[in-house]
Amino acid sequence: MRGPLSQLALWLALSFLTLFPIYWLFVISVTPAVDLFSTPSILIENPIWTNYAEIFHDETLRRYMLNSVIISTGNAVLVTVLAFFACYALSRFDIGGKENIFFWTITNRMAPAAVFLLPLFLLFTKVFAIGDWKLYDTHLGMILLYCTFNLPFAIWTLRPTIDGIPKELDEAATVDGASTWTVIRHVVLPLAAPGLAVTLILTWVFAWNEFLLAATLTSFNARTITTGLSEYVTTTGTEWGKMASIAIITLIPALVIFSVVQRHIVAGLTFGAVKE
Amino acid sequence: MRSNKTGWLMLAPTLAILGTFGILPFIYVVYVAFHRWNPFGANPDMVYNGAKNFRRLVFDNEFLTAVLYTLEFAVFAVGSEVILGYFLAQLLMRNFPGKAFFRTIHTLPLIVAPIVVGSVWRLMTTPSIGIIPFYLNNIFGYDMNMGRDPGTAFLMTVIMDIWHWTPLVTLTLLAALLALPRDPFEQAEIDGANRRQIFWHITLPMIKPAILATVFIRMMDALRTVDEVWMLTGGGPGDATRYVGLHIWKVVFPKTDYGYGSAISIIVLYLTLMMCWVLYVALVAPRPKKEAL
Repeated sequence: MRGPLSQLALWLALSFLTLFPIYWLFVISVTPAVDLFSTPSILIENPIWTNYAEIFHDETLRRYMLNSVIISTGNAVLVTVLAFFACYALSRFDIGGKENIFFWTITNRMAPAAVFLLPLFLLFTKVFAIGDWKLYDTHLGMILLYCTFNLPFAIWTLRPTIDGIPKELDEAATVDGASTWTVIRHVVLPLAAPGLAVTLILTWVFAWNEFLLAATLTSFNARTITTGLSEYVTTTGTEWGKMASIAIITLIPALVIFSVVQRHIVAGLTFGAVKE
Repeated sequence: MRSNKTGWLMLAPTLAILGTFGILPFIYVVYVAFHRWNPFGANPDMVYNGAKNFRRLVFDNEFLTAVLYTLEFAVFAVGSEVILGYFLAQLLMRNFPGKAFFRTIHTLPLIVAPIVVGSVWRLMTTPSIGIIPFYLNNIFGYDMNMGRDPGTAFLMTVIMDIWHWTPLVTLTLLAALLALPRDPFEQAEIDGANRRQIFWHITLPMIKPAILATVFIRMMDALRTVDEVWMLTGGGPGDATRYVGLHIWKVVFPKTDYGYGSAISIIVLYLTLMMCWVLYVALVAPRPKKEAL
């Protein structure tokens, strides 16, 4: 595993394993339903594109897709910003009981979701309702709600990164007369960039894929594509082709966001920054 | 140190959001757990019945086997993911042609919604028509039948989970590795340490917090897996893959036994919490001591 070529070979092999189920998803999306349940073949014969054509003309699905992008992006950005400040506070300030607070945040992610749907439904339709306005079926509601599982995740993945940035760097800057805000912006933020990028990507993914809560707490205005997708999986039978083609299309916005954010997953800034 | 007011101010929004959407529903569920409540049953009223739900749970074999299977599933899946993910993260620290491209490919499984993951793997593994049993039979003459063999079904849920979630481990560990200062490594190389020594004495202690955070998160997610396994095996054959999340689901929805479902959830939450707390105290908590010096 020394040479770059053998590494390349290794990654090609790994990519095959990673991509095969996704390739298969694509195969399903272009195979007529009757052929799905005959002898499988690894190559695509006579692809049909009707599933894709139907999706492109389906305005409801387009709406769901847009909702998903708004909710996931809104939630991922909010969560990453809040988690960054929370971690900075936990790491740099002498807050009483901070280790307990830190542990408590993660307990919000542990609960099995099924029974929490009802109280959340009541919260969204009865408690947070002013006049005609309800938190139910709104982008804001989903963005805030997804914090319950994403915020703990973000805090737990960012904490080691922020803790790992030497305190001496902040202190040196503070002695030089920098305000807390300046320290954060010019010292901590650049060093935490890879961690922040990873957190943003992963929280985005969790929000994008969430199904149970969106299925219960949205109906149309804020319904997400993952939930729309599940409408093709019913007890009487699954429309495999439709479901697979929607799933393939949902990979595109995710890939766009990934390639934009992934550029920040590089070291470089930490090199030498710590040297006195 | 600087004024704590700023610190609390930075924490406040997090605490407010988690308090509202995390604690309020939790209180409600605790309340329901002490009641007999079947909203769609013959007697739809909520009746207080003390700790009966909890007493029932202790002797509920279905629940106890579900817990056992879930733990087995979580340990195998998360264990493999962490080892594999660390290995891949280390590989991504090196330079080779097309690195960014392969990294993106490697993150693709994360974007596929769990319900879709379950569906695809199901189509790939269905006996006689799925691609995996088909080729296993043609090449090795092995008859893979997930609907009959509990062991295979269990293994497939683990493999599916590894396929889906290893990239998450890779990414979080990659971020941790990238954030490490270089000096200790350079120093160790100057001192003539070999790779194994560097791993055990420098890398591992330094990224231990990140590894633990990842293990915790993957562990608690594995313990409440529902969608993927539901689509892949439906919990079967028998109860071989009916993990706790699915079990609760079956109690709450088809049986609408809301009170009992709440009690199970509280206990599962409590067990998860205790498990993580013990690990946390044993492995992470020594950290604050450094500040006392």
